[in-house]
Amino acid sequence: MTAIHVGNLSKTFGKPAGGGATRALDGVDLEIAKGEMVALIGASGSGKSTLIRHLSGLAVADRGVIDRSGEVRILGARMQCNGRLSPQVRRLRADVAVIFQQFNLVGRLSLLENVLLGGLGRIGFWRGSLGRFTRAERLAAMEALARVGMADYAMQRASTLSGGQQQRGAIARALVQGAPIILADEPIASLDPESARRVMECLAAINAEDGTTVVVSLHQVAYAKRFCPRAVALSGGRVVYDGPSLGLDTQTLCDLYGAQCRELLMDETLGDERDDPPTLRAVGPQAVSA
Amino acid sequence: MEATAATLAPPPGDRRARTLKLAGWGLLGAVLAASWQGAEMRPFDLISYAGNMRVFAEGFFPPDFTNWRMFVEEMLVTLQIAVWGTVLAVVAAVPFGVLSAENVAPWWVCQPVRRLMDAFRAINEMVFAMLFVVAVGLGPFAGVLALFVHTTGVLAKLFSEAVEAVDPRPVEGIRATGAHPVQEVIFGVIPQVLPLWISYSLYRFESNVRSATVVGLVGAGGIGVVLWEDIRGFNYAETAAVMVVIVLTVTLLDLFSQRLRKLFT
Repeated sequence: MTAIHVGNLSKTFGKPAGGGATRALDGVDLEIAKGEMVALIGASGSGKSTLIRHLSGLAVADRGVIDRSGEVRILGARMQCNGRLSPQVRRLRADVAVIFQQFNLVGRLSLLENVLLGGLGRIGFWRGSLGRFTRAERLAAMEALARVGMADYAMQRASTLSGGQQQRGAIARALVQGAPIILADEPIASLDPESARRVMECLAAINAEDGTTVVVSLHQVAYAKRFCPRAVALSGGRVVYDGPSLGLDTQTLCDLYGAQCRELLMDETLGDERDDPPTLRAVGPQAVSA
Repeated sequence: MEATAATLAPPPGDRRARTLKLAGWGLLGAVLAASWQGAEMRPFDLISYAGNMRVFAEGFFPPDFTNWRMFVEEMLVTLQIAVWGTVLAVVAAVPFGVLSAENVAPWWVCQPVRRLMDAFRAINEMVFAMLFVVAVGLGPFAGVLALFVHTTGVLAKLFSEAVEAVDPRPVEGIRATGAHPVQEVIFGVIPQVLPLWISYSLYRFESNVRSATVVGLVGAGGIGVVLWEDIRGFNYAETAAVMVVIVLTVTLLDLFSQRLRKLFT
């Protein structure tokens, strides 16, 4: 069963006709099955964040020349197509939890309140707007906080927590959201190595225990190799590699990214590389645009 | 040697900046000179009529506090006008302020709401008070309505400026949960702007106490009515007493409100 389907997705920033336009996504095709843990690899500016914003219905793609271009389907339901969001986008967003590089918690609310807000998409408008969460919801929020090891900080304002703590709080919010898909946009890019490891372990545990589909964008291949069986590499807005993350050895990366591969290879020591890298599944723009 | 000469010469921008500065002062002088006539400035009158003014000023002393109970009661009414005028304005300014913020509302909502708020703000409380006195009759309620409308215009602008400066990331975090746009504002925007909003509201309450003393002049209730009656009746000793009551109240309130505002920012 497909969790995420992306068909011929392109995004241009700036005026499409003018000279200053940049093509952030260029005909991306992608299929992600339920229960997968996929790393989205790429140097900065390769389109990882843009892709995640499109998958979560926070951004709208270019309109295509041909019909049905620029389509994103979530669990079979159309999130956006041909430059237009689905009328049910809010319901679909509830099925896709997003974890952001800068955590995106509300600083002046307590961690518990932030986590409770994860349920907004599922409860009634008035009850949600008045913040009248039930005891069961509060218990579920505390349970989610306990799962990421943050229960002791429940009553603390989010802004008083460290980056790693905030990010684990954001993961608890995603758990409360109860979404079958979690998208994490560079969740560890602004964290120290120890916090980064804990955040990645949380995500891997959720994937293993709950069967949640997890897509996590990273610019360090070592983390992808360690936590994600499958990797999708982007460069210049195109999918340039889609296969086992262990297949992304130094030589392959340097072939794909040229000089930029240094950025991806930081912390290479983290990965427990094996001797026999599996063969690639689909490489090269020609395979993708077909 | 050549290099030194080059570094010592002032850059061409310097000369332009000095010319501009001179032109700025010249412009200010021209505006002041042109306005002299229109404003009928006659500073020498202050000297030639000094005798009259001394007699006039003597009328204020000693202040007549015989009716001080009535002054205090009316001052209390004035405060009550300011309280209700401000609270109603704050309540109205929340939706209007959010709707006139460019980062929340689409332009076809934001622009009309802004123009409406401009209109509320452009017309002084006194003018509104005169209109409401006709509409709802003499008395404090007209004053409340006058302050309400004008303050809504002011606060909506201040509130929307605060909203436009929020960090968009927490808002996006809430949007990603599938929340309603109204909930994005309630949980994403308002927690960020609340301290500023409270501070602005208290500040407007301070100025509304001052304004409420004035709207009484046109019959909209409170201490202003007493003040106006005394001035019209050439009862300057009592006028002085009323002014002392106003100054004391406004000073105390400003001090109190400043303390309170510090708690929130």
